[in-house]
Amino acid sequence: MTTTESLAIRATLYEETVPGGGHTSFILKRGQVLRLTDVDGGANVSLMLLNAHQPSERLNLPDTLKGQHTAKLTAGHCLYSDMGRVLAAITADSCGWHDPFGGVLNADEVREKYGSGRYQELRNDFFRNGHDNLLVEMGKWNLDLQDLLMVVNLFSKVTVDEAGAFHFVPGHSKPGDHVELYAPMDTLVVLTALQHPMDPSPEYAPRPVHLTWGEAHSEGLSLACRSSRPENERAFHNTERFHL
Amino acid sequence: MTVITTSELRADEAVFRHVIPAGEPYLFEVKAGQTLRLLDLEGNQAVDTLFYSAANPRERYDAQRTMRRQNKVYLTTGTVLYSNLGNPLLTIVADTCGRHDTLGGACAQESNTVRYALGKRYMHSCRDNFLCACLRDGRMNKRDIAANINFFMNVPVTPVGGLTFEDGISAPGKYVELRAERDVIVLISNCPQLNNPCNGWNPTPAEVLVWN
Ligand SMILES: [Zn+2]
Repeated sequence: MTTTESLAIRATLYEETVPGGGHTSFILKRGQVLRLTDVDGGANVSLMLLNAHQPSERLNLPDTLKGQHTAKLTAGHCLYSDMGRVLAAITADSCGWHDPFGGVLNADEVREKYGSGRYQELRNDFFRNGHDNLLVEMGKWNLDLQDLLMVVNLFSKVTVDEAGAFHFVPGHSKPGDHVELYAPMDTLVVLTALQHPMDPSPEYAPRPVHLTWGEAHSEGLSLACRSSRPENERAFHNTERFHL
Repeated sequence: MTVITTSELRADEAVFRHVIPAGEPYLFEVKAGQTLRLLDLEGNQAVDTLFYSAANPRERYDAQRTMRRQNKVYLTTGTVLYSNLGNPLLTIVADTCGRHDTLGGACAQESNTVRYALGKRYMHSCRDNFLCACLRDGRMNKRDIAANINFFMNVPVTPVGGLTFEDGISAPGKYVELRAERDVIVLISNCPQLNNPCNGWNPTPAEVLVWN
């Protein structure tokens, strides 16, 4: 299911552009929608989600993938926590495929791929890495390495062939492509905008992403996700049980 | 294509052997340079496994880095298991099964309610096993439980992005062997799953053997 037009956001609460290389974190409150837009095309956003009130509960990609019998993520899918609840539902997506495999690079891996790019010479154009960017944001919530698990790489497509080998698809996300996340519980969002680790381009050139927060006009927004599979109906049930 | 690689190691020369009964956790250590064999005694048993650096249990097996650095979704001989700090923890050096999964994760009370039915909450599960062993040991807690390896499990990804569960690639006596690149803590849940055919609806014992 791919939808390009959002009816989701009743009123924009806030907007912000994260520059390529940037990182941020915030709580997406129950009933709110976050729209992420690829401004220039070719963006990648490495995303972690946690329960804002009890962050030992966090995104579990194995549960998410096997619960929905998918190895990619798109509209109609839910992002499950390790406690069987829905941290976010993907209510709109113009990309059609977001990658659960690639993870993030650390400082050594960035140096190996792009060469040295220190702050001392490059000032704020220095080469960042996803591992450190996410750790920095985790640290601001008093979280640490223990809490950094598998990430979703939004806007990126990696296919798997019959032998199990990965194939990165260049140019997957176009300027203006967007994805929307609806939070049925208070969800701590931690993200960084850096190139996908499997992007073969040797040039360090991370792209910006625009963020828009809004109130969902109704719970009906998430209905397609809730009803897309019986598993998702039960995951929403567990989320509501949590709020009793 | 599945490549089978056998081992020269003899069971009677192992320095350590332990049979993990069906459905139980087991936490132990393997020293750098030692070889660990996981043996599927009766066939089709899922052996859910996590690895930690003994020197720093915050450093643990990293499924995404491991898949990315070998550019492959399945694990077999030659696969280096990387940590979340980018270091090799172990290397798979023999494998008579040919393919192991690191995508499917471990069963849990909570995920069982989602995957099967709300009423499955009170069945035994791997993540309960992991938690029990971690908290009893004291060095790890819930936050250290990341995506694990499912030895002997087959979870194929299709070219269009589907995820399927197939059984039947393992059999009695199949094994996988790993050489430890540093001192590691090994945390196993011998999966008690009764809701899908990952162990043929019949959880059975598995054995671990260690050689110097
Ligand atoms: Zn299990």
